[in-house]
Order: sequence, then structure tokens, then C-alpha cells
Amino acid sequence: MSTEIAPVEDPGLPAHIHRKADHDPVAEKKAERQVAILFALSALGTVLMIYSYIFIPGDKFIFLPIMGNTNASQLFLGIGMAASLFFIGMGAIQWARTLMPDNEVIAQRHEMRSSDEDRADFVDTVKERAGTAGLGRRPLIKRSLGLALGLVGLSPVLLLRDLGPLPKMELSQTSWRAGTRLVTDPGDRPIKPSDLEVGAVAQVLPELAKGQERTLADIGKDAVLLIRIRPQDFQLSPEKLSWTHEGIIAFSKICSHMGCAIALYEQQTKHLLCPCHQSTFDVTRGAKVIFGPAARPLPQLALSLDAEGYLVARQPFAEPVGPSFWERSS
Amino acid sequence: MKKLSRLRRHRFASPIALFFALFLVGTTFSVASATTKPAQSAFARSAAVDEGRQIFLKGCSSCHGLNAEGGAIAPSLIGVGAASVDFQVGTGRMPMQDMSVQAMRKKPVYNEEQTAALAAYVASLAPGPAIPDAANINYERDGNTAQGGELFRTNCAMCHNFAGQGGALTQGKYAPTLMGVEPKYILEALATGPQSMPVFSDKVITPAEKLSIIKWIKAAEAEPNLGGASLGRVGPVTEGLLVWTLGLGLLIGVAVWLASKAR
Amino acid sequence: MTARERIAGTVANYVDERTGAAKWLKKNLTKVFPDHWSFMLGEIALYSFVILLLSGTFLTFWFDPSQKEVIYNGSYQPLSGLKMSAAYESTLHISFDVRGGLLMRQIHHWAALIFLAAIVVHLLRVYFTGAFRKPREFNWILGVGLLTLGIVEGFLGYSLPDDLLSGTGIRIAEAIIQALPVVGSYLAYFAFGGAFPGEAFIPRIYTVHILLLPGIFLALITVHLMLVWYQKHTQYPGPGRTEKNVVGYPLMPVYMAKAGGFFFIVFGITAFLGAVASINPIWLYGPYTPGQISAGSQPDWYMGWLDGLVRMAPPLETHAFGHTISWNILIPGLIIPGIMFTGLALYPFIESWITGDKREHHLLDRPRNVPNRTALGVMALTFTLIGLINGGNDIIATHFHLTINQIMWFSRIGIIVLPPIAFVITKRICLSLQRADRELVLHGRETGRLIRLPHGEFVEVHEPLNQEQMWKLTQHEQTPALALPETDNAGVRRPKSITSKLRARMSRAATEQVAKPTSDDIKAIEHH
Repeated sequence: MSTEIAPVEDPGLPAHIHRKADHDPVAEKKAERQVAILFALSALGTVLMIYSYIFIPGDKFIFLPIMGNTNASQLFLGIGMAASLFFIGMGAIQWARTLMPDNEVIAQRHEMRSSDEDRADFVDTVKERAGTAGLGRRPLIKRSLGLALGLVGLSPVLLLRDLGPLPKMELSQTSWRAGTRLVTDPGDRPIKPSDLEVGAVAQVLPELAKGQERTLADIGKDAVLLIRIRPQDFQLSPEKLSWTHEGIIAFSKICSHMGCAIALYEQQTKHLLCPCHQSTFDVTRGAKVIFGPAARPLPQLALSLDAEGYLVARQPFAEPVGPSFWERSS
Repeated sequence: MKKLSRLRRHRFASPIALFFALFLVGTTFSVASATTKPAQSAFARSAAVDEGRQIFLKGCSSCHGLNAEGGAIAPSLIGVGAASVDFQVGTGRMPMQDMSVQAMRKKPVYNEEQTAALAAYVASLAPGPAIPDAANINYERDGNTAQGGELFRTNCAMCHNFAGQGGALTQGKYAPTLMGVEPKYILEALATGPQSMPVFSDKVITPAEKLSIIKWIKAAEAEPNLGGASLGRVGPVTEGLLVWTLGLGLLIGVAVWLASKAR
Repeated sequence: MTARERIAGTVANYVDERTGAAKWLKKNLTKVFPDHWSFMLGEIALYSFVILLLSGTFLTFWFDPSQKEVIYNGSYQPLSGLKMSAAYESTLHISFDVRGGLLMRQIHHWAALIFLAAIVVHLLRVYFTGAFRKPREFNWILGVGLLTLGIVEGFLGYSLPDDLLSGTGIRIAEAIIQALPVVGSYLAYFAFGGAFPGEAFIPRIYTVHILLLPGIFLALITVHLMLVWYQKHTQYPGPGRTEKNVVGYPLMPVYMAKAGGFFFIVFGITAFLGAVASINPIWLYGPYTPGQISAGSQPDWYMGWLDGLVRMAPPLETHAFGHTISWNILIPGLIIPGIMFTGLALYPFIESWITGDKREHHLLDRPRNVPNRTALGVMALTFTLIGLINGGNDIIATHFHLTINQIMWFSRIGIIVLPPIAFVITKRICLSLQRADRELVLHGRETGRLIRLPHGEFVEVHEPLNQEQMWKLTQHEQTPALALPETDNAGVRRPKSITSKLRARMSRAATEQVAKPTSDDIKAIEHH
């Protein structure tokens, strides 16, 4: 292993190669014209931009290959703007390349390190002046300063407390109660079992009480997916089977992984697929996770019928819906 | 005997023998298979149903069973209704090209008359969704685009993507693009739930709502690419690809030119 | 004196009398900058930042970050009468009713994607050429900080319009916050002002996006550039270039024209993209509601690798003593990126510990001459790239007729298996290139011309390199592996601790190289 640094001598900067425009006035004039043309193109671009802004209406469309039908105002405004900027750059660069001196210049670097003398001076200065402050000799000041600074640093933390309420039990609760009707989303129509054939799905939400508004936060917890399969296809525990009704099963639509809406149902395989991270759930086995990063099955909503034959929730969800959190026990 | 021996060694002997063998096997098979009678149905037979049955036996029974009862490789067609057949055969998905995970849309094998006959035959097996009247799908008049968009995003976008461009399902299956699909086929797909698609009953999405969905799909199809080339309307993946290819390519290209020596 | 000279003189005098500017202007106008296209990558990022400021300010004149519910009554018919947030509505207004609004929105978003892409290629250039070595370690840390903050800023930016895609992204961010042990649910409720999605989040991230982070960026970028200015830019090795000089062009007029011109180029190309390529068509996505989702939902590319890591994570969650820890979220979403960015930030110190090199470096390395560093970089890139590919697995599956399951398994196994393979292959390629360089120096360039010698032998004519080329191929240093002394200064036998053994091991690996030709070798060849 050779440690010799330079088997070949540094030949120094290579000889300067002259450009045409350096010595030939015709080439020089040609380069000037090139730069001028580029700047002129920029000016044309600005003119196009102004014209588009004033004269092209916003609802005019133009067909172009690859782009299809596109908005003419937006296109020409943009191309005008792009040209107005781009060609200034091209002109400036071409000017530098062809006409400005391109002799390489050498400048010396200086070591970053300060001189020993400066360093010694610095150390002396700091030592002397720190000495006059006397922090080292005055432990009472040092400690009380530490206390004051530490405490004052807490105030931003304190002031941010009202950013939001405490979650309390909210993450574990939804609007579903015993007897809440399932209604279509959108449409708010209640559903009877006969409305669903085998292989059908329905996006549902809990029925609203009179005068109640549904917020996005409500939808984010209450959204439920209703699926009907043949009853004999279920492979559920007796308890979970009793939560279904004639082959109709209801799951929380909020993914147990990170909360995306799971509405993608494959009718033939009876799998649910979440498009965010491809977690796959098997409906016949109670939305058990069969692929992907989700760690828990989707919570199942117990169903029954009310007096008029509409589907209702028999009880609230037996576990929190949506993504996991520290306080979730299962 | 010499003549027979000579004939056997004639250069056409093999092809002629082969021809006779094939002829024999073919006719025997046709005769043998033609003797199986399909089950009697309670519904009256019309000419279309008969024609449909003939086409079915030739082109569909090898997978769907001689009585359309289905089997290991194909589902039963009893009860799927005329709408299913019109959709699957009309869009060319059936007969399937090869035994892959999903039937692809392709050039239809059967013409309109044959498709109608097949539909009539399958409809005669058991009640099922009927073919919607194409002349009466007046989505322009009866649909609401904005409401259709909301319905689409809630019920369809998770498979077919926010702009109806299609999307991936598991194990290589996919929801196809909805661009360029006839309204009749959209209604049939909603009613019959082809392959992986679930059924969307009229009580869950009303007929008026279905017309709104179609109106929105058609509006999305006709919608110009407002901001320029659409890059497939599939989102950030193609946008990122454009930046790393065209965007950086142009920028680095200019940088290389900028630092190069002029002649 | 002409009139123009007189006026210029008066202005200059006025300014100088108040600021003493002549002295430092004179010094700095003649400052030398090395000229290479790869030195412009950081400039792409810098100019993209300026474009983001300009286009972003334009957008703030019309954007309303409020999440209050409104009924849409504007010019885009397919959304007519629908409920949406004011943020979404104002973005629709910018896109359809403000002349140039859609153009500026698109320029802003394209500029953001280019900003981060430029930072990454700039980082790669700095890494592979070793420009992060002393005295530039602090600048490297600033750069890694800018990258991290840039990713956050981009995420916040595309979440502002509150459309279906970006709202989904916010949902996932909330799930990550919620998954933090002990404090997760509290932090989530504080960030969102209550349950998800609430009405507080977008106005708050608006403040962060237009005020806090741009302010921090301005400060960090200023320090980053000042360090480059003060420490002088590095340069590629070559004839006439040493550790003690800078060879290039002066600021005035050449560098001003080229760099200034390049700003207009970057702006022009970004504007071109904004004109001809659609990005984030929010009107097609529709307003965000937690009950809807689109197939093929991904974040922007600079977060795509994180999404890919989350997708391929095994479904690990532990439930103990009434509490849940979601490893399937924490590991890919926080722990792995944390390790990667920390490692990235600390890399200059890690490398100088391995090599024991404490000297200043102003000449760049040719990547082939530092095989270990180059291979490590390619390994990290491979890791990130597999994450990125998996982030788009559903789009890739539909377009290339694959299955998401196949791509997922490829990624799960590939992300463990492929990076080490990439390391080995890259290192071998670097060593082969070194060997090729050595051959070039000793035997010259193969010209492809064959001549026949009198005794019948065919030989290929080799053209010896000129001295400039030979210098370029042999100027690099080849330091031996660290030999840790057996005894320390006081004569005490140094115990072979794990760290020193590790250091020696890594130093040996890092200094594996093909010996460059010695002067004896070259003289021997010359006599041929």
C-alpha cells in the first residue's frame, strides 16, 4: 500500500483555450446577437403573458397532443411567464459563456484555524472577563439563575395547554347506541334486510336525532360498512355470529391501522382492502387481518331489527374504533 | 398384397390416415355429446332462448357447466339475470381469454343478437336483474352531477379511484377504468356486481342516485385537463416521476450547459 | 467623467459614507467560485425556495385556512351545492376564478417537489464527493436539518387545501401522533383541538407553513450560505488545484451572470411545468370527509418512502397491562426515519472517527477512490428506493400487471437483502474503477488501433496520458488503515475495548483500495 502522495507532479493550470469570440470580431458580434435574441424572446414571453391575462377568457379550452383539452388562459399565461423568465436566464448565461472573460482565476485559501496568537488572546480575554462576572465564585447566583431560567422555560408549555381538550373517554366512544338505526350514506335512509342481496354492500351512518347535525368528527368514528354474504359462509364464534343478521354483518369503516376509510369490498373473495397501506381483512372471519400492517380486526357492530323491520345497532361498539392508542387495552 | 403394401408407403398415406382418424373421433364425439339433454325449465321457451342455449353450450358450458350450474372454475349463472350476461358478454369480458384472476374487457366475441339470445337463455333459468332500457337512461335530465360526485366518492372511488381511472385490488385483481363505459353497462355492473365488485341494490343507491353517478362519471370523462397534461389522474406517483425525469432532467441539462466551455 | 459615472459616484459615496461598503464589496466582488454543473444543484434548491416564497405569498392573498363548513356556490359546477371547508372552497376559488391562480398554485406545488428533489441530489453530490468533511461538518448538519424541515413543510403545504387526498394524509399523521406511548392521545387532541378532524388543525398548520417554518428556513439557509461563502466552496481535483487554493471565476461579472441567470432558468422551467402539467387537481378529489377514500392514495414523493415503509411493516402490536403499543406504526413511521436522519446528520463525525482524519479538506474525492463511503451511500439509497417503490405499489401493480401482494413481499424481503448486496456490488465496482485508473496511468489509453510488429505479433497501440490526465488519476490520497497504538501516552497498555476494535475493523474496511501507481512504477513504464 503506497503512502506516497504524488507519484506525478502537478502540472499546474492547463493553458487557457480561447473562445472564438475572444479573438474574432465576427464571432463576437454573432455571440452578441445570440444574447440579444434570447433577451428578445423573453420580452415576447412577457407580451404573451400580458395578452393572455387580458384577452383570453377563463373558459376557453384548446386541444393539444399529450395534454388533451386544456385551459387556454392558464396554458398561455404559464408559457408566457415561463418564456419571459427562462430566456433572461439563457441570455445571461450565454453572455457569460461567450463574451465575459473565462480565464480561470486562482485565489488562495487561508487556514480556517485562527493563529496561535489570536487564540491565546481570545482565551485570555474570556478568562479575564468571565472572572469579573464571577459566576464560578458565586454559587448562589449560579443556582438561582439556573432556577429562574429553568422555570421561565416552562411558560410556553403552560400557555399551550388550551390547545385542546383532554381526550378523556372520547377515543373509546361513538354515536352508536342500542336501537340506533343504520341509515345510508348519503341519503339518510333506513335499511331493511330485504334491501340487500347476497353480495351487496352499503355505506351507513347512525341515524341522527331531530335537529342534530353530523360533524366530520362524528363520521370519522361512526362510519360503518354493511355487507351481506351467505350465512353459511361465516366462520365466527357463536357470540360474534349472533351479532350478524341473516348473513348481514356490520364493521367499523375506520381502519384499525391508521384510520383511512375501508370501503373496498371484494365480493368473490369476501375480503376488505384498505387502499392506504393494503391491509386486507377477511369478512367471513370477522374482518380478521390476513395481509398488511394492520394488527387488529375491524370492530364489529352488533345488529338486530327494530319493530318496523329496519336494521339497528343492538349495542354500542364493544371496543374503540379506529387506530390504536396507549390507553387501548386490547 | 403388393399393391396394398405399395399404397401404405405412398407419401400421402399418413395425411389421409390422419384425416380419417380425426373425422372418426370428431363425429363420434359430436354424436356422443349431443345425446346429453339439458334440464327442463319451468319457463316457456322462445326462439331466442333456444338460440341462446345453443350458443351457451358451444361457448360457455365448458366452464359454466352444461346446465349453467357452475363448477370449480366458474360460478353458477342461475339467477344472475339477463343484465349480467349483457354486461359480461357485451363488454367482451366473457368468454374469458385465459384463466387469469380477472376477466379483462376486450373486443366482444358475440354480436348484439347473439348476446341478446344468451341473455334471454340465462334469464330463463331463474329470475334476476333485467337489462336496463338503454333509451331510457336519461342521466342528463334526471341526474345531479354534484350529488353524483358525492355518491361516487363514497361508494366507488375506493376501488375505481377519485377520477374513475381504476385501481388495484388484491392478488392482481383490479377495478377497471370507468372512462368510456356506456351508461347501460354502468347500471348493469351496479345491479349485478360483476366479479369482485359488490352489488349496489336500488334500495341502497336509488335509481335516481345511480343516474347522478353516471352523470358525474360522464362529466369527469368530458372534463378537460384544466392545469395541463393530466399525468393519468392517479395522483402524486406520476407527479413525482415527472419531477425526477423531466424536471430535474431539464434543470441539470441547463446546468451542464451553463458550466461548459463555449467554443 | 461621463454623466453616468458622476451619478454612480454620488450614489456610491452616499452608501459608503453610511456603511463602509466599499471595502467589503471590493473583497467580495472578486471572490472566486469554482465552476462545475454539480455545484449548481444546491442552487436549484435555493432558487426553488425563493420561488416558493413568491408564489406562496401570492396564494396567501386568496387562501382562507378556516375549516368552517360552507356550501359551495362557485363556478365549478360538479361541486355545486356541496358542503366543504372554507379552505377547500378558497382553493377552488384560486383555481377557477383568479386569473393565474391555478398557474401559481401549480408553480408552487411543482416548486416544492423540485425543492426537495434538488436538496436530495445536492446532498448526494456532497456526500459522494466528501464535501462534508472538516471544516464543513456543521454545514452538513444544517443541510440535513433543511431536508427534514423541508419534508415537513411540504407535507403541511399540500395538506392546506383540505381535499380528499391530503385529508387522508392528515388522518395518517394523526394516527402516528395518537400511537405515541403515554402521551399520544393527549398530543393528538392538543394538535387537533379535539377529535379528528376538528376545525383547528388547518389554521394552525397554516401558521407553521407560512410563518414559522419559512422563518426558520431563511435563518438556516442564510447561515448555510454564509458558511459556504466564508469557508469558500470546495473544488474537484485537477491540474493546478490544491487544498490551498480555489480555482474558478470571480463573482463579478461571471458568477453573478451565471448564477443569477440560473435563477431565471429554474423559475422559467418551474413555470413551464406549472403551465403544461397538472398537479393536485383538488376539484376532482372532492372535499375531505373521513368516510371517503380513493384507490391509489399516496403522499408526495418525498414522503412516499415513509409510506412504503409503513405499508411493508409486519402487523406488530403489543397489549400489556391495559395498554397498547403499535410497533407497526412506530417502527416505520418514527424509529427507522429517526435512526436514518440521525445517522445522516452524524455521518461526518462517524467517518472521521473511522478514518482518524482530522485535517481540513477542500479538494473533493472522486467517489471511486472512497469505495466504502460510496458503497454505504448506494446502500442507503437502495433502502430508500425500495421504500419509495412500495409506497406506489398499487399504482405500479395496475400499470405493470403485477399484484400488490407480490410487490409487498418483494419489498419486505428486498429491503433487508438488497441494500447489503448493493453495498458489495458498489464497492467492487469502485475497486475495479480504481484498477482501471491504475492501468490507464501505467499503460495509457487503448486507442483501438492495431499494428503488426515485424515478427508477426499484433499489438494494440496505447496512447500515454498527458500529464494533466495522469495528475487527475493519481492526486488522491491513500491513507493506510488506522493502527491503534498498543500503549497510550503514559506507557499503559491500552485495553482492546470494543469501540477501538470496531474502529480498527471499520478503518481497515474503509481503506481497502487498489494501490495507485508509485513514481517508481511510472518511471519503470516510461522506460518501456
